Amino acid sequence: MSKVRVATTSLAGCFGCHMSFLDMDERIVGLLEHVEFSRSPINDIKHCEPCDIGLVEGALCNADNVHVLREFRENCKILIAVGACAINGGVPAMRNHFSLQECLEEAFLDEIGVDNPHIPNDVEIPLLLSKVHPLHEVVKVDYYLPGCPPPADAFVKILTDLLEGREPALPKNMLHYD
Amino acid sequence: MSSINIDGTDVPFEPGQTIMDAALAAGVYIPHLCHKPGISPHGSCKLCTVDVNGRAVSACTMAAAEGQKIENNTPALNEVRKSITQMLFIEGNHLCPSCEKTGDCTLQAVGYHLGMLDGHYPQFYPRREVDASHPSLVLDRDRCIMCELCVRASREVDGKDVFAIGGRGTGRHLIVNSATGKLADSDITTDDLAAHICPVGAILIKDHGYEVPIGRRTFDLHSVAETDLGEVKLTKTRHHDE
Repeated sequence: MSKVRVATTSLAGCFGCHMSFLDMDERIVGLLEHVEFSRSPINDIKHCEPCDIGLVEGALCNADNVHVLREFRENCKILIAVGACAINGGVPAMRNHFSLQECLEEAFLDEIGVDNPHIPNDVEIPLLLSKVHPLHEVVKVDYYLPGCPPPADAFVKILTDLLEGREPALPKNMLHYD
Repeated sequence: MSSINIDGTDVPFEPGQTIMDAALAAGVYIPHLCHKPGISPHGSCKLCTVDVNGRAVSACTMAAAEGQKIENNTPALNEVRKSITQMLFIEGNHLCPSCEKTGDCTLQAVGYHLGMLDGHYPQFYPRREVDASHPSLVLDRDRCIMCELCVRASREVDGKDVFAIGGRGTGRHLIVNSATGKLADSDITTDDLAAHICPVGAILIKDHGYEVPIGRRTFDLHSVAETDLGEVKLTKTRHHDE
């Protein structure tokens, strides 16, 4: 039987959701008997290939995030928003309380100890969006896995359910927003 | 004794009690955020909407009356309640991972109770003023759900009338009744009920965040209803406004 293909990525994330995913510890060995990874920070694949499941952590904070998210949506049959950032913007969305200009000036011009103060403007650098947004404001999201980060058991549960052809469900003790 | 019937169970009531009063006294959970026993009912959160003889009413303001057949814990009502909770979440900046009230927040616990996974609607990301002027209290308006519990507690229990809701429509926000509009210039103290009654993280006592270990917080130990579902379906049901 061919393996289920899973892609993962971090947009405006902290990689904490990926670390929580890896917190499934030795259970990942059993998982790898059924799953192979497409693009993911844990391998070297540069682009998302056609996949069964896409796990996306992090909110959308810049143009590259939007580009990557659209690539995932086009290639993944099931797209899962993982973690608080992907679901409602999370802690990075606290910058929405300020204008983008204020944030850039604080970080690159006014902050104590800034050397050669200027706002980076190289074309290689993706432009920041004026606000941080959750995934569902740009693409259709199939499932939400809340938590900051979601517990490792929740990753195991949702993937096991999907692999075994069940609708994914979480026990109440795995549901938290913090 | 007179009784009403909630989801097939007879619940006794005294004359003058609301449906909510009778249900709370009998240990029947009707979801609610803006209601607290001992303070006059408000009817703003709409979570306690129940069907009485086929008609939707707020349990916190509807008087209990003989012969009422009430539907409360039904999938349809809980789905509407989840939508209301989602609206409350997207209207404010409810970033639980960085909130001192996480684990002790009734709004969050209601979200858990109803199996809320996401905000569904586009985020408002309001930019409302934080008032940290008071030496021992802080007011984060981005988390305020405008339940007016603080308004009523200050007026009815503390006898001070410190808070009010100002503005209209989505511009509504909590205001402080002092000459400058600042909390520091009001006569609120940490002894007041209004300083402690906030069900979310809008009114906080300074220097007292993150004191309870995760696992020992209010809603780590108790469900908001104490009558919990076994698990939450992650299946994305079609939303009633789609």
